[in-house]
Amino acid sequence: MFTKQYEMVFIMTPVLSDQQMKDTVDKFRKLLTDNGAELVHEENWGLKKLAYPIQNKNTGFYHLIEFKSEPSLIQTIETEFRRDERVMRYLTVAMEKHHVTYAERKRSGLVGKKQTENN
Amino acid sequence: MTLVNEPIERNQNRKKYCRFKKAGIKFIDYKDPNFLLKLVNEQGRILPRRLTGTSLKYQRKVSQAIKRARHLALLPYVADQLK
Repeated sequence: MFTKQYEMVFIMTPVLSDQQMKDTVDKFRKLLTDNGAELVHEENWGLKKLAYPIQNKNTGFYHLIEFKSEPSLIQTIETEFRRDERVMRYLTVAMEKHHVTYAERKRSGLVGKKQTENN
Repeated sequence: MTLVNEPIERNQNRKKYCRFKKAGIKFIDYKDPNFLLKLVNEQGRILPRRLTGTSLKYQRKVSQAIKRARHLALLPYVADQLK
């Protein structure tokens, strides 16, 4: 099976309660795992201020999911994002090799330090 | 006192360089608005290569990263007094 690594960030409306926010995330996580995606990493950035208003809202819940899956799954999940009213914005990025190493280095807290070997 | 314009002392020998090549940065993170802020002007527009010295290869990555950050509302599309 051909897989690619993706990084997905989405913004949920600030009107949700904490529980509703978690439910939304669970829904998308479940959608990913049910379709054979392998989760690599997850980050919840919490409520953040937006640089400009989206749907007349000035804040939003940011969530990031990194996963490996088949490219055909992206279409399904993006359709689901568009249908879901709780999601205001989403962005899916296919990760190239430097992006993957960067993400790994960031997780181990190495970003911003001098690189020792060339990777 | 002469009436001829004297050359002003400029940093004539300072050569522009690409900060990404120099620091060995291979990937520009679109999730880090504080870093990207260095590459835009006060209105939030992307600074040209002739000012930053970035090489073409990395300028393309910079613009891609800034546009992604704008989509996610991490950077504004238009602003004034950004800095």
